[in-house]
Amino acid sequence: MTTDQAVPALAVRGLTKRFDRPAVDGLDLIVRPGEFYALLGPNGAGKTTTLRMVAGLLRPDAGSVSVLGVDALADPVGAKQIMAWVSDEPMIYDKLTPLEYLEFVAGLWGRDPAASEATARTLLASLGLAAHLDERCEGFSKGMKQKVALAGALVHDPNLIILDEPLTGLDAVSARHVKGLLQERVRDGGTVIMTTHILEVAERMADRIGVIAGGKLIAEGTLDELRQWNGENHSSLEDTFLALVDCGAVAA
Amino acid sequence: MSSTLELAWFARHEIRLAWREWLSMMTAGRKRRTRNVAIGLVVFAALMHLPAYAVVGRFADMSSDADQTALIVVTVSLFLAWALILSQAMESVTRVFYSRADLDLIISSPVMLANVFSIRMAAIALAVTAMALLLSAPFIDVLALAGGPHWLAAYGVIAAAGISAAAVAIALTVVLFRTIGPRRTRVVAQVLAVIIGAGFVIALQIAAILSTNTLSRFAVLTSDTAAAFAPGPGSVAWWPVRAALGDSVALFGLLSGSLVLLGATMAAFSSRLGDDVVAASMGMASVTARARTIRPFRVGSRPQALRRKELLLLWRDPWLISQTLMQLLYLIPPAVMLWRSFADNSAVLVLITPVVVMAAGQLAGGLAWLTISGEDAADLVATAPLRASRVTRAKIEVVLIVIGIAFAPLVLPLAVLSLPQAIVTACGVGIAAASATAIQLWFRVQAKRSQFRRRQTSSRLATFAEAFSSIGWAATAALALAIPVVAVITGLLTLAIMTATWKISPRRD
Repeated sequence: MTTDQAVPALAVRGLTKRFDRPAVDGLDLIVRPGEFYALLGPNGAGKTTTLRMVAGLLRPDAGSVSVLGVDALADPVGAKQIMAWVSDEPMIYDKLTPLEYLEFVAGLWGRDPAASEATARTLLASLGLAAHLDERCEGFSKGMKQKVALAGALVHDPNLIILDEPLTGLDAVSARHVKGLLQERVRDGGTVIMTTHILEVAERMADRIGVIAGGKLIAEGTLDELRQWNGENHSSLEDTFLALVDCGAVAA
Repeated sequence: MSSTLELAWFARHEIRLAWREWLSMMTAGRKRRTRNVAIGLVVFAALMHLPAYAVVGRFADMSSDADQTALIVVTVSLFLAWALILSQAMESVTRVFYSRADLDLIISSPVMLANVFSIRMAAIALAVTAMALLLSAPFIDVLALAGGPHWLAAYGVIAAAGISAAAVAIALTVVLFRTIGPRRTRVVAQVLAVIIGAGFVIALQIAAILSTNTLSRFAVLTSDTAAAFAPGPGSVAWWPVRAALGDSVALFGLLSGSLVLLGATMAAFSSRLGDDVVAASMGMASVTARARTIRPFRVGSRPQALRRKELLLLWRDPWLISQTLMQLLYLIPPAVMLWRSFADNSAVLVLITPVVVMAAGQLAGGLAWLTISGEDAADLVATAPLRASRVTRAKIEVVLIVIGIAFAPLVLPLAVLSLPQAIVTACGVGIAAASATAIQLWFRVQAKRSQFRRRQTSSRLATFAEAFSSIGWAATAALALAIPVVAVITGLLTLAIMTATWKISPRRD
């Protein structure tokens, strides 16, 4: 995992998407390499739509997306090669075992089979799935499936990992495993962008936090910067978030 | 709430759920379609009376003192209908066992579980019987219109068939469950349903081929051998046909017998069915299949990884196993005919080609839906560094590979007997499979594989187009061997159907 520090891990400019109403409205966003970036916002704020456009799952109406210097709209295959997407609903096949699933993902990303197999086993073991390597996923709980999906996102060693509510449905132990893996990935130079409703996670893990409302980025900064937002000294991220969202709602 | 009130309340709840599920299946979940669907159903039912007349019109004048051959044909036809109803009932029971949508709520509520499951069994019987009555209505109406109102008693016979089939299906599934466990029961019950539904017709066809070298199952039923083995005129075996002809004693016997059977099943199994259903859903979670060997990750290109995944998922798909088995069962009669023709080079051999082409089109349609639309990890594949066109191509290749593997054992021996016919059959199989795949591609809607049952209601247009294209290519292949000039016309007509389908499809990039 090598990244050029001068090139943003993600550069989004004027990103726009309309359904019945504007879901994302001229959004600008820069995420630096090696950063853990948390994207917060109320329901329907446009977080998932933004990330789905970045991941190449939705075509924007306007704007540009650049992943580590690769234009994701002009060269989607090139951009996809260096990133991974994990949604809140685990994207796995019930009839495959975790190892078979990771073999498939590694094959899709064109990774060396021997190296990916070693990575796959390490990942699954670190997520507490060592005893279930050769069991089909159909009998797994949602948390176990989510861990398999996360292992799938990491097995091809992406530079940018985008996660949409990855901790939904995970118990405390599993959530700790996942958070540990993501932090390890950031320490190794990878970039993580994550949406979450659990403000404590953003507070503890994120280097920077962006708050989105009405399809626009209404605030961005480190936790301390956000606490000082609007000249007020909020005691917690929750207070800041609620104040920001109230303000965003009024502005909208 | 008293036990009676509890039963009535739960029965109303079950009927409402069953009605809404049926309505949603018919309208593909769109409320605005309800009126159109109602009109469509009435028109369809009215039109069905025409083919029904062609099939059963000749039996309208039948009376209780009819000759033995007529009694055999009608009795066997009724038994065939019962086998089909049983097959459907087994499918319904399996679904109840393995769907836990409201199970936690019901089991955690303070109601008598035996009552709840008795009602659920009765609801299965009601749904199965209602469907059977609906499907047999055109045939019975035709008989009543042409032969007299006494034929209306046939509705009672079908009701008895529905009730008894539901009772047997419940008992069979519970016994299977207790003997071979939850995971195997699911597959075995589906396979059994297919064998029961198709096996009887196929056995008759094979018997007809072996005795008279024809695919017509009626050949056996109208033979002297069948008459020689038939029981005497006073036998209980003739009760169903006598009841259908208006014999009230026989009808009462059948109806009361089937109700007693259902009651006995409910009494025997309802108290423990709750435990079984819970075990089925929980068992699926704890009893997980293990891979036989752990092998190293395989080398290959990205499309190869996709193809391997698709083939593995198809191989492990219980629906596909049962459907493929059904297709293969239907191919047994032409295979027997082929085998017979090695000794006796019969002109009837030509009949194999349309059967094979038709089967290929139908199987390809199901496979194409599973691979193209039924993608459980759509986001994963969409975010992979692979062009969408390459993904689609890999999935189409899988469909054609499976069709090739399934049909080569039939086409290759045919080449030994008649090379031109083998070439025409191979071309027909390829074109029918490609057409069915193309239709699935034009009408694809992202769905979970588990939603396969609803694929035919999500786009009726695609379903009809798929059926017409398979029939068209089957007819074209048969005519290419018999009257090539006419084959050109049917080929062009089928092409026109495909073009029209493409024109009105939500064309994809």
